Order: sequence, then C-alpha cells, then structure tokens
Amino acid sequence: MMKLTVNGEPHEMSENAPSVRDLVVQLGFGDAPVAVEVNKQVVPKRDHETHALADGDVIEVVTLVGGG
Amino acid sequence: MHNQSVIDSALDQPLQLGDHQLHSRLIVGTGKYENYDLMQKCLDASGAEVITVAVRRERLVDKEGRSMLDFIDTDRYTILPNTAGCFSAEDAVRVARLGRELLDQLNNPGKDWVKLEVLGDKKTLLPDPMGTVEATKELVADGFKVLCYTSDDPIMAVKIKEAGATSVMPAGSPIGSGQGVLNPNNIRIILELLKDGDADYPVIVDAGVGAATDVSTAFELGADGVLMNTGIAHAKDAFKMAHAMRYAALAGRLSYLAGRIDKKLYATASSPWSGVISYIPGE
Repeated sequence: MMKLTVNGEPHEMSENAPSVRDLVVQLGFGDAPVAVEVNKQVVPKRDHETHALADGDVIEVVTLVGGG
Repeated sequence: MHNQSVIDSALDQPLQLGDHQLHSRLIVGTGKYENYDLMQKCLDASGAEVITVAVRRERLVDKEGRSMLDFIDTDRYTILPNTAGCFSAEDAVRVARLGRELLDQLNNPGKDWVKLEVLGDKKTLLPDPMGTVEATKELVADGFKVLCYTSDDPIMAVKIKEAGATSVMPAGSPIGSGQGVLNPNNIRIILELLKDGDADYPVIVDAGVGAATDVSTAFELGADGVLMNTGIAHAKDAFKMAHAMRYAALAGRLSYLAGRIDKKLYATASSPWSGVISYIPGE
C-alpha cells in the first residue's frame, strides 16, 4: 500500500507502481483539466502516464475556479 | 452582436499588455457570482476580453455538477490565472506554474502570464511588499509575463517595475471593499513615475472599484486598464452593473484621451452675450 499526501489529506493507492494518471483517474477527475504537482514540482500533462508515484509523495491536484 | 466595448480605432489604441492586445480595457474576475449562468452573462456584458481565474484544490461544482470552466468559452477569452490566496513568494510561484500548466492544457493564450498576488494579511488583503518583489523576479526569470497586484504605494510600484513586471496594478482601495480610488494622488504619482520615459508602460487599477464612477475615475487619472470583480458580481443586479462598468471604462478612457477643461471658480456662459435683449446686471 502506497501512502501519499494528496491535497493535504492522507491518501492510499493499492496499485503496483501507480502513475500520476492513475491517481487523477482514481480521484474522479478523468479527462477534466487538472494540474498536478508532485513534491512542489509541476508534472506536465504529457508526463502523467509515465511519472511514477513514490511512497511519501506530497501531491497537489488543482483546477481553475472563479476568482478575481 | 457588435461588441460595444471596443472603441473605434480612430479614437483609441488597443492596450498592449505583454504579447496581448486588448481592445477592451476592462479586465474582470470570475469569482463570487450567484451562479455560473449569471457569471457567463456578466462576462459577456462587461465586454472584457481578458478574465481572471483562481487556482484551487477543490473542483467546485454547482448543483448540477457543472464547473466554472463549462461556462467559459476558452476560444473567446484570454484567461489570466491569479495567485490569489498566496501569502508567500514560494506559494505564489507554485500556483503560477500550476496555472500555466492548466492553461497549457486548455491551449489558451493566457498561459504566458499571471496576475501575481502575494498577500500579507487576510483581513486587509494588502500585499506583502518583499514577497511580491521576490516572486516577481522569480516568475520573470521563469518566462512569465507578470501583472502585479500591489498597494497604491508609489515606491513599491517602482520596485515592482524594476523587478521586471509587465504591468504594475495598484489597488484603488482594498480588494472587494468597493471604496473606489481612495488616493487619486498616489495613482497619479505612480503613473508619473512608471511612465517617465516609458509612456506605454501599462498601469492597471486593480481592486476596490464599487461603482461606474470609480472605473471612470481610474481611467481619467490615466490608468491604462481596470481590473475588477466584486463590484459587478455582488451588485444587486450584476448583469446591469456589468453593462455599467463597460460603459464607464469607455467613458473614462475617452474622457482622459479627450483632455478635460480646466476647473474655474466662476461660470462661463455657453450662450453668447451679444444680442441679448434683456438688461444685464452690472453693465
């Protein structure tokens, strides 16, 4: 079981060597536009499939919302 | 519908902001609307070509499960992501990069710029001056065009321009306060300092606008643009106010370009004295 921190909350993934893409899908974002940061570095969308997550990774998954 | 926010090219130039040319000088936010339908209508009514958005963890959805992006035509609007809510240079830089990544996915031309806010305090929402300059430098080095929110302090404005900001955006009054332009003399001084030998350097009044007069005032002082959100979104009739702000921007800008008359203590008659049939006192 891989232990991650996602958007400030503990998050577990049971897949073997999950990718950023796996996490995005698991969170229910599907193909919605989301930006992902792993350990304070942005992982561009084109690398989501190949970027493997590691135990202890701190991840932010964000999107655009109304603001001024 | 003809876009009435666009001034006839014989009357005004577009606003050059980094690599972007704006025909409407009003930039509007997308926050605080009662619902997304109203936001969509107000964005349209404001005539704005550039709209600002925030970057957040939650995917905020309305009752029908729709998100804000479902209501924004990303082919029509250039999106300006902001770093609202950041209290350190480090966080603002992270949020700017996340915003760029999102706009890259949306293939929106706004991916090269950011509205930088580094706040110092949650109650006043005034900027942290040191953090603001630090983040500006870092983002400029990373290739961003930085449009930088600041207070109306003239020396801060100079420091931010020196740090490489594409535009300095002094607040007229605190964010969301609706107090208008509280210190027009500071805005005048900022304009004088930043445009000295660099007349086209864009200065945008960001924040504090409550009524159409406030927008016109900012333009009449010589501001190149106005950025606002709450003044429209929280008006009793947001849709009407979006129109009002559009016309105020046009009116204020043209009034500035036209050059106002000097203020005089005494009246000057608009009708000729010669040929008056009546008795004129004192003559």
